[in-house]
Amino acid sequence: MLPFILKRVFQSILVLVITGAIAFSMFTFVGDPIDNMLGQERTMEDVERLRAQLGLDKPIPVQYFKFLNEAAQGNFGVSYRQGREVSEIIMERAPATLELAALSAVFAVVMGIALGVFTAIRRDGFAAHFIMSASLIGVSLPTFLIGILLIYLFSVELGWLPSFGRGEVVEIGGWTTGFLTESGRKALILPAITLGLYQMTLIMRLVRSEMLEVLRQDYIRFARARGLSERVINFRHALKNTMVPVITVIGLQLGAIIAFAIITETVFQWPGLGLLFINAIQFVDIPVMAAYLMMISVMFVVINLLVDILYAFIDPRLRVSAK
Amino acid sequence: MLDSDFYYAFRHSPVAIVSAIVSIVLILSAVFAPFIAPYNPFDPTSLNLMNGFTPPMEPNAFTGETFLMGTDDQGRDVFSTILYGMRISLFVGFAAVLFAVVLGILLGLLAGYFGGWVDSFIMRAADVQLTFPSILVAMLIFGIAKGITPVEHRDQMAIWVLILAIGLSDWVQFARVVRGATLVEKNKDYVSAARLIGRRPSAIMLRHILPNILSPVLVIATISLALAIIAEATLSFLGVGAPPTQPSLGTLIRIGQGYLFSGEWWILFFPACTLLALALSVNMLGDWLRDVLNPRLK
Repeated sequence: MLPFILKRVFQSILVLVITGAIAFSMFTFVGDPIDNMLGQERTMEDVERLRAQLGLDKPIPVQYFKFLNEAAQGNFGVSYRQGREVSEIIMERAPATLELAALSAVFAVVMGIALGVFTAIRRDGFAAHFIMSASLIGVSLPTFLIGILLIYLFSVELGWLPSFGRGEVVEIGGWTTGFLTESGRKALILPAITLGLYQMTLIMRLVRSEMLEVLRQDYIRFARARGLSERVINFRHALKNTMVPVITVIGLQLGAIIAFAIITETVFQWPGLGLLFINAIQFVDIPVMAAYLMMISVMFVVINLLVDILYAFIDPRLRVSAK
Repeated sequence: MLDSDFYYAFRHSPVAIVSAIVSIVLILSAVFAPFIAPYNPFDPTSLNLMNGFTPPMEPNAFTGETFLMGTDDQGRDVFSTILYGMRISLFVGFAAVLFAVVLGILLGLLAGYFGGWVDSFIMRAADVQLTFPSILVAMLIFGIAKGITPVEHRDQMAIWVLILAIGLSDWVQFARVVRGATLVEKNKDYVSAARLIGRRPSAIMLRHILPNILSPVLVIATISLALAIIAEATLSFLGVGAPPTQPSLGTLIRIGQGYLFSGEWWILFFPACTLLALALSVNMLGDWLRDVLNPRLK
């Protein structure tokens, strides 16, 4: 098992080294930040002063080592557009995205497993057929159209839920939360559903097909013969044995939720990291783009690594063959 | 490909017939947009600001003109902007997939034929890229490319940058399929024969191996086209794609979203429906093609 983990750790470091190089070359070769920060009316002195202040007058290898060193400490310099520390902006935006992503993940996992089990047990019922067909359409719809559709239904027509922003937030020691106020909780509902819907259908379809596979096995028939109740058979015996692939997919989809939050946050003008990244692209704000890239790659690499290791731990067969 | 099996399967699948008809109608109307569209939405002389916000099929209060799908804020005919927008969406979609296919085939052939460090290098790069969702990769490439292009050319270059970004985010799957097929083909007798008579590796790869591995590539390309159209629409919707001066369907939806609350629903509704019809029909056609051409299912 150890060689396997070591190999995966090595691959993960490789990914980080490459994304680090991309992030650095963005700083070095893309655009002229001076152009972006200073307007049309500028003097040569302004330009030189800013160039020295940002460290752009140093040779490239020096800049590279400085970048690696600073990035490792979570320091990505000053945003070209906002003129503030990137780390500060990210800390300020992170709670919004993390709360949204967490709620979407819970929604996707709970609803996905529940509907997956339901459609597997009553596979020939009308409701199950309806859910399966609806999920096909849900997978083909682009995320942003789902968001707009939900806004149209629940904000414009019914007027029940807000269409943008986080509502009122409460600050607790540097963390802003929307869970504690009514408007904050209301504002979370639509974005969380939009973000989690795709992952929910994915988990649902996976749970369903795994359940159908397991329910055919002999030990389920034997459990029936022992006179166990349907509830015990379905949840204790069947569902438990579908969990290995489901946990893998859930793990891998966690990263996808953070990445797809970019789209949802733009539709709902949610003040999180995704909206920050999109605005950074629009204004070619390199420090913010680089910081987001590094942050997202660390997150993806760690999640992938954990899922691989967890997979080996959960499935005893893999453990034996790896030895 | 037009052998009798294929045609028989097509005639007996209503889903395939309907989605083929819808895609062909949409693609043709995009190609012939200048002849179909009643107005040229990019010709400022044909615009009349008084026509702004005319609802569909109702005469305008000031000018008395009627528009099939209404007009937007600047008095542009929504039907015409959709036709022209679909042109850009389809152009970007086709060009991006073509780019991804060519790049994927070349790298896949190289990796599969030569093996060794060439193979490891290309496939590790593919692994690294697969760590991230392709839409994120496309956004990043778009951002970097936008930074490299000079400010005054950004709007004109945006379409090409978009093609580059979506194409580069999509080559991996083609490279993987081509590499796998090449590994199988290169040990067959006809390749050894070609090598024996002294053909160059480039000729063996492109002339001998490539024609034999094209059919899975075509299937993935069709499904990729639907995904590329959606990716383009998503990027343009987010404001990191086609500029307002060359609006694609995604840009039109982005503009239309602004009028969701003020009641001008048609500015959003018609472009959204068009995008949906386009993406769904191409997607279903691709799915059907995959089922028909998949030898394992036969």
